[in-house]
Amino acid sequence: MAYTFQGYRRTDGKIGARNLVAVIPSVICANDVGQAICRQVQGTIGYFHHQGCCQLPLDLKRVTDTLSNLGQSANVGAALIVSLGCEGTDHERIVEEIHATGKPVEIIRIQELGGTSRAIQAGIDAAQRMVQEISGLQRETADISELTMAIKCGASDTTSGMASNCVIGYVADKLVDLGATVIFGETTEFLGGEHILARRAVGGENGPVGQKIYRIVDEMEKRAMAIGEDMRGGQPTPGNIAGGLSSIEEKSLGAIVKSGHRPIQGVLEYCDRADGKKGLWIKDSPGREPEILTGMAATGAQVMMFSTGRGAPQGFPSMPVIKICGNPNTYERMQYDMDLNAGRIITGEKTIEEVGEEAFALLLEVLNGKMTKNEALGYYGSMDIFCLGPVI
Amino acid sequence: MENKLALRVDDLDNVATVFANEITAGMEIDVRDKKGNTDRIKVLADIPFGHKIAVTDIPAGSHIMKYGESIGEAECDIHRGDYVHVHNMKALRGRGDL
Repeated sequence: MAYTFQGYRRTDGKIGARNLVAVIPSVICANDVGQAICRQVQGTIGYFHHQGCCQLPLDLKRVTDTLSNLGQSANVGAALIVSLGCEGTDHERIVEEIHATGKPVEIIRIQELGGTSRAIQAGIDAAQRMVQEISGLQRETADISELTMAIKCGASDTTSGMASNCVIGYVADKLVDLGATVIFGETTEFLGGEHILARRAVGGENGPVGQKIYRIVDEMEKRAMAIGEDMRGGQPTPGNIAGGLSSIEEKSLGAIVKSGHRPIQGVLEYCDRADGKKGLWIKDSPGREPEILTGMAATGAQVMMFSTGRGAPQGFPSMPVIKICGNPNTYERMQYDMDLNAGRIITGEKTIEEVGEEAFALLLEVLNGKMTKNEALGYYGSMDIFCLGPVI
Repeated sequence: MENKLALRVDDLDNVATVFANEITAGMEIDVRDKKGNTDRIKVLADIPFGHKIAVTDIPAGSHIMKYGESIGEAECDIHRGDYVHVHNMKALRGRGDL
């Protein structure tokens, strides 16, 4: 069966599930101006991160790349860069790269314009122009194979590995079989299960993809080791064992199961885009929400499916986040944050496959424009960019 | 949750996870797979919520399978209906309390 959704076709051929004007501060110091613009102009969202200056060149490049990729992502129809003027990021490159996609982009420079109030005024005028310019765009039909879906789990509990993660795994397999792209990350969660992921890699455990999976886990452990922390020792925690987990591989598998069962095509770096890549991919990323959600949106994911047991409410400014809740009690308590109740698997009312089909149907609705609960609540303000080096 | 239910998520699995409170030796529990097929098992030990029950006999030295993968090795002969946890399962890649 063929599946389609209604999306916004961009000049560069990409298809968006949302049509937003992105306000992009090139540095933390421009956030307040950006926030004032977003408060005033409907149809805008802001990427209010905390990076962009007094960082090592490698990290400044990561921040520039990430902000540029966010501006280029298909859910964004136009972008306004808010620059202070003396920051470390390459704000002019962000403008050039977004401009190359064919979408409207403008930049305001706070120091050059004469300060906060003038920058806010110029920014409001520019954002208003862009919202008016893109707001008449009509959705058109796109094949599901044009979708890139990101997946993640957070605020997990005993139910996550047995219900909500299995549901997302079902959807992931279905999307891969339909020719779409699925990306999972959280390198931290691979600890103890990296051999299983490596065996699922195209070319096997000893091929380049399998070896890269081992390498990203090793690098992550070494970053922790460099400041004296051993991440592998002490896993699973005494609390995990009391909850029923018997080994680190069982804990890791409970998270990995959300990626389904298809072969892993490759590993994307944090700043890599998924353009043209099909099938199941790994993004080397931390597990914490603000940084991984940013990484996934910047990679080009139009939507994320997010598994939770204890109840994680937050979303992302430009990427709808569908919350699949594995715990029936949490769903009852937090049903204004949770999009789908996978807890009915735990209670025996539904099977993984049945809830998997419900999740897939909901995914199509969200792609077509139905707001997720966090979108409707406007609960998507926190984001950040994953940097490796010290702040200097 | 009134059902005495355990879930087995992969066809290769020889354990299921119990999602019921106060499961004690001598009771019966329904083990359900991802398609909803049910296997009724007599419980041989007290098993807490969220912990594992063996759905087949597992000879000493063989793999404990969950999610279709090995999560460790049986340290002794484990019988269908037994409680499976750190007391009779050896983690092959480390365990946090040792």
